[in-house]
Amino acid sequence: MAILVTGETRVVVQGISGRIGQFHAADMIRHGTNVVAGVTPGRGGETVLDRPVFNTVRQAVREAGAEASLVFVPPPFAADAIMEAADAGIRTVVCVTDGIPAQDMMKVKRFLRRYPSGRRTRLIGPNCAGIISPGKGFMGIMPPHIYTSGRVGIVGRSGTLGYEAASQMKALEIGVSTSVGIGGDPINGSSFRDILELFEADPETDAVMMIGEIGGPQEADAAAFVRDHMTKPVVAYVAGLSAPKGRKMGHAGAIISAFGESAQEKVVILEAAGITVAPHPSAMGATVAEVLKRRQAA
Amino acid sequence: MDIHEYQAKEILARFGVPVPRGGLAYSPEQAAFHARELGGKAWVVKAQIHSGGRGEAGGVKLCRDEHEVRDYAASLFGRTLVTKQTGAQGKCVYRVYVEEAGDIAQEMYLGFVLDRKSERIMIVGCAEGGMSIEELAEEKPEALVRMIVDPAVGLAEFQAREFAFEMGLAPGQVAKMCTVLRACYRAYRDLDATMVEINPLVITGTGDLVALDAKMSFDTNALFRRPQVAELRDKSQEDARESAAGDSGLAYVGLDGDIGCMINGAGLAMATMDMIKLAGGAPANFLDIGGGASPERVVRAFRTVLGDAGVKVMLVNIFAGINRCDWVAEGVVRAMREVEVKLPVVVRLAGTNVEEGKRILETSGLPIITADTLADAAQKAVAARAA
Repeated sequence: MAILVTGETRVVVQGISGRIGQFHAADMIRHGTNVVAGVTPGRGGETVLDRPVFNTVRQAVREAGAEASLVFVPPPFAADAIMEAADAGIRTVVCVTDGIPAQDMMKVKRFLRRYPSGRRTRLIGPNCAGIISPGKGFMGIMPPHIYTSGRVGIVGRSGTLGYEAASQMKALEIGVSTSVGIGGDPINGSSFRDILELFEADPETDAVMMIGEIGGPQEADAAAFVRDHMTKPVVAYVAGLSAPKGRKMGHAGAIISAFGESAQEKVVILEAAGITVAPHPSAMGATVAEVLKRRQAA
Repeated sequence: MDIHEYQAKEILARFGVPVPRGGLAYSPEQAAFHARELGGKAWVVKAQIHSGGRGEAGGVKLCRDEHEVRDYAASLFGRTLVTKQTGAQGKCVYRVYVEEAGDIAQEMYLGFVLDRKSERIMIVGCAEGGMSIEELAEEKPEALVRMIVDPAVGLAEFQAREFAFEMGLAPGQVAKMCTVLRACYRAYRDLDATMVEINPLVITGTGDLVALDAKMSFDTNALFRRPQVAELRDKSQEDARESAAGDSGLAYVGLDGDIGCMINGAGLAMATMDMIKLAGGAPANFLDIGGGASPERVVRAFRTVLGDAGVKVMLVNIFAGINRCDWVAEGVVRAMREVEVKLPVVVRLAGTNVEEGKRILETSGLPIITADTLADAAQKAVAARAA
């Protein structure tokens, strides 16, 4: 089975009444995602895209059986929306919203830990493109037609660079099992390591393409996990080889502020853990192909 | 968002951090007036720019009389200081801060930062101050004291105490240190800061703790709920193009090369810059047009990139998910007509509505160089520059 989302997953869209939320909810429905409801406080009782709209996530869970949520709520209210979903028992929350204050995210992370591990919510994002298991379903803002179904997992911070990898792979007839965008914020719900763990356990994934960037410790953590726990091959690329130190490159988290946070240093750390690093962003697909071939030969 | 030293000191003082008395001056006369008002025999006159390393760049001076204060302040106003943090273009001095000078028995370092590993607030201290935290971390990593604070619980009394003792403070100074720690922590939390730094925090001859310098940065994502912080913004300290771009929803960072970039998504933008380098060129900028970009925003992005006179080629690379290729194409065509672009423009479109986007470019009749892949786009841009 695909990780995180399948065609059966019952999805609620928080912020479905907004322009962006509605546009992407329509796209998800068109591509077979099981969108069962929307939530917009104060708009309960209305319908959007033939789906019932509820005032609270709890109602969407109770009355529409929602089990996963996609959050399109504006930044000042997004952290609250994530906590609401977690408290209502939603198992997977994907938050697309860009611009959530860092301290709000600290609060969210702390809040998610209050539940026992058996009913704890997995948060993907914020500031991410979402998750897609091609041909099965998706929760997010990616253009689904660029993906082919297959057996390589993708995990990356950047949405568009994930699309780039998927389309390079498609051109080489390599399909994707699931692609996960973990987002560009300094504090995010799931790390590279969290997603690698899921791919390692997923019988439908043979190899993983991991797309990192400058800033933060998560690539190094992932490298240690790959070295110690992964049996499947991992290919990586780290964006920002030409990024100057101390400047924020678009993503709130893409800033080199400590040792080991530049792209060059991350490449060294990843290679030392046995990860094959693509020499440049146009070689992501080709490097995956090479690694798969090597594995077949072995 | 960064603020000036005097602003950071005002904020921290309100939360309970002892700071020297001082006054802000916009003219040499005002500086001399502050010296007179403050009294005493010596004053420290400090250029207010958004950068560390001001002392080494000649922006800080101990003055012994009013005339010296005025003359030195006069030499600072309008001067561009180049520090190791500003880059070669430096930053211009429009404000000068005059402070009473005090005696110093010991200098320490104290910083509060967002720790991305623990996803909490980290306090860093060192009994030896004066050096930057980067230098300290490199040269004396063992001398650094670190403590993680969970904002859900706050800074516990025992943590503050433990930190103060770890810093090697005498029992009589521990309570004073705890006051400083609590104050900085509250300022950090209450104002959505991303960094609070006191370097140096000094112990005076009489055993008091005083913040001789202070630096604060704030989370721009939280400015909507911190109007008192937002109003401290000083645009004179920002790159004019970067702040103008930021105001219109674009993430722009100026760089040294000559290939102007307009890309969607921070990761793809960084990757495109990497690819340009690999193809033998150099990017003139980082520019992320963001999600859901309208043709109008694309036109603004075009103008922003072309505002850099050094740009010789324009490279547009869009992989649309939340964006739409047709809107981007429309924006590119409109921009090229409005701005009368003379230099070569390379466009690579992929993703949502790509066919419609390509059709708009083709039927425009404009001399647009199209590319199919990332590598193709970078190579064509570099080739167009050479031609």
